[in-house]
Amino acid sequence: MTVSTRSTVAADQVVGAAGLGAERVRWSAGHRLILDDVDVTAPPGAVSGLLGPNGSGKSTLLRILAGVQPPDGGRVALAGDDLLAMPRRPRARKLALVEQDATTELPVTVLDAVLLGRAPHRPMLASPTEDDRRIARRALARAGVAALEGRLVGTLSGGERQRVHLARALAQEPRLLLLDEPTNHLDIAAQLATMRLVRSLADDGVTVLAALHDLSLAAATCDHVVLLAPGPDGGRVAAAGTVEEVLVPDVVDAVYGVRTTVLRHPRTGRPVLIFDD
Amino acid sequence: MSARTGLWTAGAVAALLVTVVVAVGLGPAGLSPAEVWQVVATRLGWGEWLGVAPPGRLVDGMVWQLRLPRVLTAAAVGAGLALCGVVMQSLTRNPLADPYLLGLSSGASLGAASVLVLGVSVLLPVAAFVGATAALVMTLLLAAASGRSGGVGGPSPTRTVLAGLAVSQLAAAATSFVIFLSAKGDQYREILSWLMGSVAGATWTSVAIAGGAVLVLGTALASTGSLLDSFTFGDTAAAALGVPVARVRWLLLVGVALLTGALVSQSGSIGFVGLILPHAVRLLVGAGHRTLLVLSALFGASFLVWADTLARTVLDPRELPVGIVTAAIGAPVFAALLWRGRQA
Repeated sequence: MTVSTRSTVAADQVVGAAGLGAERVRWSAGHRLILDDVDVTAPPGAVSGLLGPNGSGKSTLLRILAGVQPPDGGRVALAGDDLLAMPRRPRARKLALVEQDATTELPVTVLDAVLLGRAPHRPMLASPTEDDRRIARRALARAGVAALEGRLVGTLSGGERQRVHLARALAQEPRLLLLDEPTNHLDIAAQLATMRLVRSLADDGVTVLAALHDLSLAAATCDHVVLLAPGPDGGRVAAAGTVEEVLVPDVVDAVYGVRTTVLRHPRTGRPVLIFDD
Repeated sequence: MSARTGLWTAGAVAALLVTVVVAVGLGPAGLSPAEVWQVVATRLGWGEWLGVAPPGRLVDGMVWQLRLPRVLTAAAVGAGLALCGVVMQSLTRNPLADPYLLGLSSGASLGAASVLVLGVSVLLPVAAFVGATAALVMTLLLAAASGRSGGVGGPSPTRTVLAGLAVSQLAAAATSFVIFLSAKGDQYREILSWLMGSVAGATWTSVAIAGGAVLVLGTALASTGSLLDSFTFGDTAAAALGVPVARVRWLLLVGVALLTGALVSQSGSIGFVGLILPHAVRLLVGAGHRTLLVLSALFGASFLVWADTLARTVLDPRELPVGIVTAAIGAPVFAALLWRGRQA
């Protein structure tokens, strides 16, 4: 089967463009290669999905793209800026990362949690300013959870907590938003609400890359997808492009070993995946 | 600072001042706050200027030579331990963390027991500090050698805690061995009293060492509230907010270790202050570290002064090691906090 092992857009082109472009990213844990020359592009103002089976290196790749984990090799650029070479605080003003299931046992209020997003915008030991508070409240309102301001993070439902994390990321005022399994453990309504919010952020020009497990949700909500496949020599890009290009039976079968039928949504016309196993 | 935290801080400062004055007055010979004030004003050379009559020689000796150094040392130790407890709990994301987690108290105890057995108790503070530092170095080396911590860098919280546990157990075993092998007669009680923690022998030198360490290292640690806040959702989240996680963690661990080492060298290892105070203060003002650090230090100071006052008065004329008092208060309070946590 011949699906391009490189993303459809050459990373070099995107490195100069507004979105995210990563090329030849490599990382190994000890002697085990986890990511093998992975190229990723995420166009500006679009929701890009990072897909792949367990162990294909999605979370690792997100951590590398976020600058949290230095890769063994490769380049990551955002709107032409070399993200890996950038000092960490200026980088934290350009991109935000929302981790999977992040929570805390400490009695932290929602507003304080969102104010953390302002940290890269002020001196490291300084207290939040009135401006920070205003921006944090705006982010909460944008995420639809302004009413939760005084609640403790530990008492929120999964869907509410995810919105609070998105608000925290928004308070960072990023150009790039990296999300690791943003819909994990959420009920279907909360999943769709979360993806609607993500979509509205992309419409405002933020570049979004979200690692997702659920192919059907990706088909319904992403513009562009990158599909990683675990290999004997670490995760590689199996296919990348629009949802229509990548989420086709041959590719899904090759990567997941699952036979798939792709239908069309009667109203939206988007692909709907049905698994025949 | 919100009006509410401002009020709490003002209250905590006032409580500490009242605590110091009242505690100095309490004891076998009770003194009024006015008498305490007479001594302090005269000694500071403000007597004539403030129109305060000079105190009697006996009162002067009792306040200036015995009680005030002891109360101030207790205050400094309490403030420092509570502060270190907040930092350790935040850095390790472990609610059970206390300043002794990295093997510091066991190392200090080993050093102290060794010199007490050798009969050179003059060297006790030095030996305790050296023991604490050696234990810390071993813990951090062990933590760092035990591998990559998910990429964010620096010793991972779990590995640091486990390494500290290993070093603690080793040092505790060595301490028992030293005592078993060579302690004679009164040395047992001397060592036990040190192991339980006590500020009974405090002098102005103790005040200078403990107070100086709190002023220098404690003030530095207390200013890191915003940094510690960034660790709320873990190392990765902190790194994504632009915090140099590895560097911050090493610096804070070393700061905590030096401060704790200095305190332990003056008071022995007094338990529960660094564990309980942060939890209690969090219940009052929430988890924001800027307020939590300052209030924990202030309340920690008052708490240990009262605990020490109990230690020297309840069984008068005998002295209890203050560690017994802090444990007797701390353990039930901790149980109560657990109970509340269950319902929250």
